[in-house]
Amino acid sequence: MTKSVLTAIGAKPLPQDTHSCWSCGSMRAAHFCESCGKVQPPVPVDYFSFFGLPPKLNLDVAALEKDFYDLSRKLHPDLNATTERAEQEWSLEQSSMLNDAYRTLKDPLKRTAYLLHLEGVELEEQSKSATEQARATGEIKKQIVPPDLLEEVFELNIQLEELRMDKKMGDDDPALIAEIGKQKLALEAKHEELLQELQTYWKTWDGLIDRSQAGNPATSEERAQVRNKMVDVLNRRNYIRNLVRDVNEAMEN
Amino acid sequence: MDRIVGIDLGTTNSLVAFMQGDTPVVIPGDDGLNLLPSVVALDANNQPVIGNAARNSLIETPERAVYSIKRLMGRGMEDIHEELKLFPFRLAEDMQAGEVLRITLGDKTFTPPEISALILRQLKRSAERFFGGPVTKAVITVPAYFNDAQRQATKDAGRIAGLEVLRLVNEPTAASLAYGLDKKQNGIVAVYDLGGGTFDISILKLHDGIFEVIATNGDTHLGGDDIDNLLITIALDDIRGDLGLDLRRNAEAVQAIRKAVIDAKITLSSQPTIKLDIELPAGKRYRREITREQYEQLIQPVIDRTVGPCKQAMKDAGLKPEQIDEVVLVGGSTRIPKVRALVKELFHREPHTDLNPDEVVALGAAVQANILGGGSEATENMLLLDVTPLSLGIEVAGGVTDKIILRNSTIPASATQFYTTQVDGQTNVAIHVLQGERELAKDCRSLARFDLKGIPPMAAGIPRVEVKFLIDANGILHVSAREQRSGKEAEIQVQPSYGLTDEQVEGMILDSFDNAEEDFRRRQLIEARAETNTILTALEKGKKSAAWGQLTTDEKKQIAKMEKALAAVNAEEDYQAIRKAIDTLNQGTMRLAELMMNTAVSTALKGKNMDETDLGEGPTAPHPMAKAEFE
Repeated sequence: MTKSVLTAIGAKPLPQDTHSCWSCGSMRAAHFCESCGKVQPPVPVDYFSFFGLPPKLNLDVAALEKDFYDLSRKLHPDLNATTERAEQEWSLEQSSMLNDAYRTLKDPLKRTAYLLHLEGVELEEQSKSATEQARATGEIKKQIVPPDLLEEVFELNIQLEELRMDKKMGDDDPALIAEIGKQKLALEAKHEELLQELQTYWKTWDGLIDRSQAGNPATSEERAQVRNKMVDVLNRRNYIRNLVRDVNEAMEN
Repeated sequence: MDRIVGIDLGTTNSLVAFMQGDTPVVIPGDDGLNLLPSVVALDANNQPVIGNAARNSLIETPERAVYSIKRLMGRGMEDIHEELKLFPFRLAEDMQAGEVLRITLGDKTFTPPEISALILRQLKRSAERFFGGPVTKAVITVPAYFNDAQRQATKDAGRIAGLEVLRLVNEPTAASLAYGLDKKQNGIVAVYDLGGGTFDISILKLHDGIFEVIATNGDTHLGGDDIDNLLITIALDDIRGDLGLDLRRNAEAVQAIRKAVIDAKITLSSQPTIKLDIELPAGKRYRREITREQYEQLIQPVIDRTVGPCKQAMKDAGLKPEQIDEVVLVGGSTRIPKVRALVKELFHREPHTDLNPDEVVALGAAVQANILGGGSEATENMLLLDVTPLSLGIEVAGGVTDKIILRNSTIPASATQFYTTQVDGQTNVAIHVLQGERELAKDCRSLARFDLKGIPPMAAGIPRVEVKFLIDANGILHVSAREQRSGKEAEIQVQPSYGLTDEQVEGMILDSFDNAEEDFRRRQLIEARAETNTILTALEKGKKSAAWGQLTTDEKKQIAKMEKALAAVNAEEDYQAIRKAIDTLNQGTMRLAELMMNTAVSTALKGKNMDETDLGEGPTAPHPMAKAEFE
């Protein structure tokens, strides 16, 4: 699964399965037979292919939802409860894959992280191993502060420390709270901005896919470039999200 | 086509329903009532008695009866501390930590799934009587917020009762199916389900027959029971304070008080005030008046506990109250006007109450049973997409929970994790699976410990074991593992943290599947013969009554003929023939029965002393009510 989807795409545009149905023998679609409706044994495919989609990031979520409902009506275990045991197993696996795929693709950030995973970038694992390492050594997890935020974060951390001290002493400093609140709003705005920035890279990425499908594959440098930009945006976004969480915690406690 | 029934296995009442044509209907019990109280007792011969019959035993022989067993399903010794204070559950004396709970009834012990199985078997029999044939398949409802262990325990109960549980359906979702059947509309629906012992809130999106749950939340230990316990505590405190009579350890008296306060609670939903008047031991009486206002003030903290889950569910669904199109009320406790007011306030709209809140879950289960059985015109295009209520996680370094399937994920859902070894030649890897939202493993519910065995010995870090976690459509977890370098299926040894092993369940099965047909026939025969005895005894009595003399010679002759025919078939094995002969005799003696109508029937009530049962302390409740009167 970690193989680049781009190379797979170059070979064949869409995973229109050409195997025949185990039950009626006719040419079938990937998940269930178009002619007899029987659920087919699952084949390992990525989430985009599961929905018959190219690995592009701009996605029509309404159309995805419709496909999700249509496929649910074929694959869900409730509608295959009276079939043979093996078919029930397939239905369970196909249906869980459908749900996993839909859950991942409908959400813009999960979708991006998943595409990066297919490209061999493990955002989550990076963060996980960093967290575990920090815990093992008893340190607070260190995160690289995005350079454009360095100054603001430094300032904010001092203010948060002051706030915590105030709370400990039972003091109240409305001006400080107002100031932190303002910073929080700014951070939240930045958080939103980054989503928009991410979307510009989606466009670049999707352009590369379109080009590949038209027979002009993107170079590995081109891919790496846009990939790294997306990783950077996601990391910065995560950083801000954690910061906002810290602010919320400090304000509540 | 097999008959698949829908069962609502409730804390207070249980029901069985099925789809008759286009309409789901509740199947009544042999007492003609739709609701089967979820009470189990042992009679003097150690035979189980279920339902209304067992309810009397709660007062007469409380040490031989149990109610609200659902509260103990899938739970361990360490998490029922609170329940034991409030409910007269008598744990077996030889209970060991880590063992499945066992409850004492008389001198026998039962696990919670076995007690639930007795309730299920009673419902199964009602359905079999109704259909005149065996019933072996069922859809059973569970609170949406039930965890894996509680679901598994429910499934085990079904198996013990001789039922193949085709699906566990979440109660609020089942209710939405019953509502959706005739509405067939699109929109967002919130189902607020406050029952006898559990609370659920589910938010669904209805779309052309698809019932997609977007978020669910709840509390599996919150319901009408909690209100009852508050009222009981107040009464006991009053009695102790004013009469110096400590009745907390008098199970008989506590049950009498419980019955009285439940009646009072129900009355207060329609009346502004209620007068309690309870007979106490030693010829004393407890009298008090409770106004609706006092009662509402008293129960406010209990019903307020539903607010948090509702808000969390809306937050998880990403919805504001204004975006919810309909609110549906489910569960007997939603009859309380104060609860309705709270729901209205929470969701900014008048909730729907068109269907009977006690029956709607069972009716929905019947709809789901119909869908699973292949569907019908009424259920065409209907499909339920439910979610897992709790996040699934695994324990990682530092005792931290790493969530791998988040709550409110549509089920079936799966997640794959990769494991490796820490030392050279290591062949086993242990995995601890958890359920819950908390960050630390110790704060989450431990589901099971898995031991991956038979990993080929390799240098540390080289093996790559792929473990797949799959939550099925019942909300129950399955785990499988494969070592990727060798391609070998890794063996998984499961040590469930709570619950029965397969072997234990096998040993408890009440009616074996294979013998279902034969068992059914035999049971029907026994029941039919018992009925023969009843009617013949009644007839003998009738012959001695004055009414007999009022019959004509011809009538008497006819009756004698029917009596003889019944005696003849009664000796045979055909239960249907016996029933037919009983019916004929019943018809033939109709006039005799009418003539005898004036005869008074007296029932003897057994009075019996019993051991005092430890009820525990219970909370002392400061309450808003005036002093009680005593006599």
